[in-house]
Amino acid sequence: MKYKFLPHTGDIKFRAFGSTLREVFENSVLATVEVLSKKEKIKTVKVKKSKIDGKDNESLLYNLLEEVIYLLDAENFIVSKAKIKLNETSKHADVEFYGDDSKKYKDLDSIKAVTYNEMFVKSLGKNKLVAQVVLDV
Amino acid sequence: MELKKISKNIYEIPKQGNMNVPARIFASEKLIESIKQDKTLQQAINVAQLPGVLNASFALSDAHQGYGFPIGGVAAFDMEKGIISPGGVGYDINCGVRLLKTNLTKKDILENQDKIADAMFRKIPSGIGRGSKFQLTKDELKKILEGGSKYMVKKGYGIESDYLHTEEEGCMKNANSSNVSERAMKRGIGQLGTLGSGNHFLEVQYVDEIFDEEKAKRFGLKKNQITILIHCGSRGLGHQVASDYIKKMEEKYGIKNLPDRELVNAPIKSQLGKDYISAMSAAMNFAFANRQLITHWVREELKYFFPKSKIEVVYDVCHNIAKFEEYIIDGKKKIVCVHRKGATRSFGKGRKEIPLAYREIGQPVIIPGSMGTSSYVLIGTKKAEEISFGSTVHGAGRIKSRASALKILNSEEIGKKLESRGIKIRTGSMKSLSEEAPEVYKDVDEVVKVVDELGISKKVAKLKPLIVVKG
Repeated sequence: MKYKFLPHTGDIKFRAFGSTLREVFENSVLATVEVLSKKEKIKTVKVKKSKIDGKDNESLLYNLLEEVIYLLDAENFIVSKAKIKLNETSKHADVEFYGDDSKKYKDLDSIKAVTYNEMFVKSLGKNKLVAQVVLDV
Repeated sequence: MELKKISKNIYEIPKQGNMNVPARIFASEKLIESIKQDKTLQQAINVAQLPGVLNASFALSDAHQGYGFPIGGVAAFDMEKGIISPGGVGYDINCGVRLLKTNLTKKDILENQDKIADAMFRKIPSGIGRGSKFQLTKDELKKILEGGSKYMVKKGYGIESDYLHTEEEGCMKNANSSNVSERAMKRGIGQLGTLGSGNHFLEVQYVDEIFDEEKAKRFGLKKNQITILIHCGSRGLGHQVASDYIKKMEEKYGIKNLPDRELVNAPIKSQLGKDYISAMSAAMNFAFANRQLITHWVREELKYFFPKSKIEVVYDVCHNIAKFEEYIIDGKKKIVCVHRKGATRSFGKGRKEIPLAYREIGQPVIIPGSMGTSSYVLIGTKKAEEISFGSTVHGAGRIKSRASALKILNSEEIGKKLESRGIKIRTGSMKSLSEEAPEVYKDVDEVVKVVDELGISKKVAKLKPLIVVKG
């Protein structure tokens, strides 16, 4: 399983899984995209490159997902997936966001913000990591 | 945790552990049960632990779990020892509602209900993924950030009484656009005049019931009159301001001593605190301007159907803000910093903040219901100033998650149900209709009954929708 959604009264909460931190982050992007696209398939026709930094794993994840929201609001770019090159020590990520012109899609949702509420990134054992995120919608 | 019933509609969690003050919950027996179901009470306890918090941390009858503060949460802070917290304002800075009154009656709308619904839907976009048709230069955006709806009126998008009948006269004077990041401006520049998604909407309604004839008359409301309710906020610009300052405060003050990372804050009088306040105020102005431009478009559209239509603002209130207000605390007048996160200011008569037209009777309080249900007009009271830092509820408040709503309710059925009650619904997203169905919210009638009984705002009129345009 790449990610799953959990119950939350007002907002959207998900957990993303992976065998590496990079995978957990890429799957967190996919979960966020599922919210924005309302499960409609987003084509991969364009790519945008970003450099993302964080102080710790949580803030790096926060900033990564915030970029997905920013691209939709500011550049009318809807992300389909992300390819991440991660430096786990310096908490730096070189990201290629793939996606399409959002104006081509009629029924998208918006996310107000990523939140730190109940957020964690942790190891569940050998080669098993999980991140939890609550999105304010 | 210990939850004591103090009196009818008032519960309290006594001060314990790291709490500086008790947590007080205004709810009926029925509503307190739903409030217990999520993390609302724990979040109210967390807020009670913040430095400089005064009297109590409040959760109102519409409260539900938020992030950091509960939604439906109110807390006031001492100016010297207290803090300002972006999480106590929320990401949608100055999400709020504006109520318009018209010289039209229910009959006028019913004759053209579908056509008017279509026209409103075309004119007022949600703006998701495509932005607004209203183009701005960066220079103009900065002027809007500092001038709010007052600036929009000056530019020809409204009349003087529009901003006079708005909280803060539609312009936070301490706004400073240079404290708003490039990133926030880029998110907002294409979004002025858009509703956004989620629970935001525009409704064409009629006055269904009057509870207080005299006050209703002063607000200019009578039975079967058409009103229009606009519910939206500061869009991506405000969301980004909140995110930016949460990060800055984390860097500067850390998160070690916080019960919840989302409660990150800065002392009110610190440079970062002041910077946030001026940026938040700029985002508030963006939201005021947003509701102003939508008002202008509503006028244009209704003029087409009814050349003699006259549309005026009853009042425009903020739901997500922090403001400096004066209260009597321990017998002394004192200015405090009130955070309202999903709460409405509810000032009684005489306050200088109330527009002249209403100053002798009290401020109009506008409570939107959930999609397709009733909305209420109430009036602010002295009692609110005494017991809830001049605050009352802001809406129905959720009880079920969006995810569970999608599982139990079918959008098509909800659409049909609304149609069968004579409500025309227009939305770009049938998929999200079920997320906002009345069934996932508390009963607004019950929520309003509690604040009316407590006297922190009193019922004036009840409004029912004829047309819903959902963001």
